[in-house]
Amino acid sequence: MSLEIQARFRVDRSAFTLDVDLILPGRGVTALFGHSGSGKTTVLRAMAGLERAAAGYFALGSEVWQDESRGRFVPPHQRALGVVFQEASLFPHLSVRGNMEFGQKRTSTAARRFSLPEIAELLGIAHLLDRAPGQLSGGERQRVAIARALLAAPQILLMDEPLAALDLKRKLEILPYLERLHGELSIPIIYVSHAPDEVARLADHLVLLDQGKVVASGPLNAVLSRIDLPATFADDAGVVIEAAIAAHEADDLTRLEFTGGRILVSQRHEPVGTRLRCRIHARDVSLALAPPVQTSILNSVAATVAELAPTNTPGHVLVKLDAAGTPLLARITRRSAEKLAIRPGLALHTQIKAVALLA
Amino acid sequence: MESTDLAAVWLTLKLASVVTTLLLIVGTPIAWWLARTRSRLKGVVGAVVALPLVLPPTVLGFYLLVAMGPNGPVGQFTQWLGIGLLPFTFPGLVIASVFYSLPFVVQPIQNAFEAIGERPLEVAATLRASPWDAFWSVAVPLARPGFLSGAILGFAHTVGEFGIVLMIGGNIPGRTRVVSVQIYDHVEALEYTQAHWLAGGMVLFSFLVLLALYTFNPARRKAL
Repeated sequence: MSLEIQARFRVDRSAFTLDVDLILPGRGVTALFGHSGSGKTTVLRAMAGLERAAAGYFALGSEVWQDESRGRFVPPHQRALGVVFQEASLFPHLSVRGNMEFGQKRTSTAARRFSLPEIAELLGIAHLLDRAPGQLSGGERQRVAIARALLAAPQILLMDEPLAALDLKRKLEILPYLERLHGELSIPIIYVSHAPDEVARLADHLVLLDQGKVVASGPLNAVLSRIDLPATFADDAGVVIEAAIAAHEADDLTRLEFTGGRILVSQRHEPVGTRLRCRIHARDVSLALAPPVQTSILNSVAATVAELAPTNTPGHVLVKLDAAGTPLLARITRRSAEKLAIRPGLALHTQIKAVALLA
Repeated sequence: MESTDLAAVWLTLKLASVVTTLLLIVGTPIAWWLARTRSRLKGVVGAVVALPLVLPPTVLGFYLLVAMGPNGPVGQFTQWLGIGLLPFTFPGLVIASVFYSLPFVVQPIQNAFEAIGERPLEVAATLRASPWDAFWSVAVPLARPGFLSGAILGFAHTVGEFGIVLMIGGNIPGRTRVVSVQIYDHVEALEYTQAHWLAGGMVLFSFLVLLALYTFNPARRKAL
């Protein structure tokens, strides 16, 4: 299923204007990232049909849900989509099972894709079915809300900061389930967030929004490694690489391989071949002209300088590198950049001080 | 107790039941509209619905009497329909009571609808429920305490009315003579024993109603 999502919305309110024109992939997780007031939630609500943009177009493949130029607007209850809000918003008068069946009952048998036990199993809530929503923890409630949305057989799942209301512990409890959704469901997910960690961990495609406008939209790494963007991730500039476990070494280290190099990380327990996402912050990457020897830093990847840009940090520059196709970012001082004569096309060696594994 | 007393009690309960049922049917859409609308008319409609709270029943009764009388618009209409005039009949009493008790039913239900907020209905919509479906499957169950309060208050208030009954219904035994009027008659006739029976019964009834309201529904107390 590789349909395309087209979304154009214009909303004019006294203090806020939204004007977006997006073409998004019909699979994987697309993150809408921005600060509060950037319009990301409004985009999501417009997609769901909960808000009607005066000028709007929204289509999932050949299914057009809104086309104001032709006066077409399909009300939310006739759109095959699922929405997960920041608060789980379970119906308090229904049990967990009743909540999950709410949408399923209103979906034609032919359209159903998952059975209730399957989804309950996928989200780890099979033991909670007979409870009342009030008896659940925040993380459990949110999992039930996701299950409820999926059982209504959506062709697209919209999630509005589903983790923002949860504390860190609950977040960590629920993230693996979101990753499973990503892996096991074929439907596209639009994920609104203002948390860089969640985006780095879950997204395949990233849309940056600022003050109602699209600043960037593209594959996660292509957007993350763009150094011309105003530092949306601010101090967090960095890339996400997809690596596979190549070997478990004797001295409690695990070797990962990715297009462009290999890196060592603290021992992992997943089997060889498992794919992992790791985030490499620009501030953790230093540069050397010769292969580094006599250093405690284990990870060194050969790369070519692509471009340089100033950063918000005084006295520093951001260097974009190309490691055989994998983009990397390094933040170094302007003095070092001048001393080493860093310029586009220069081949050099990166030293990676830290790798954050995202799973 | 005399048979006229029993007739009055029976008539009162019948009136209150019919009126409560009608009020739930009429009051629910009004409460829903008042709870959800952004129209400028909300204030006007809300004020009109609340008028019986502040008006003396005689004022309301007077206007209803004029409207339903032979020269009033409602009276002309009912005559044209061939059902005659409504004042001094049971249906006339029902109509007057519906107006008089309307705020007691609309306001608790409206408060309950407002307390639900937008979100559960949005969730229902994203789960394929049409607005009509969401109203019955989400809004009504969540507003249940409001319906309970409204029904109890509407019933009790109808049982307790006096002024409007006198204006519209008069005092016809078995047809429009309800308990409150019956008590009045007993007192006028200096039949204090009979008046005690009925009055005491009303006190007990009212106490039980309020007890039920506050016991089963503590959260609503403030809304009244």
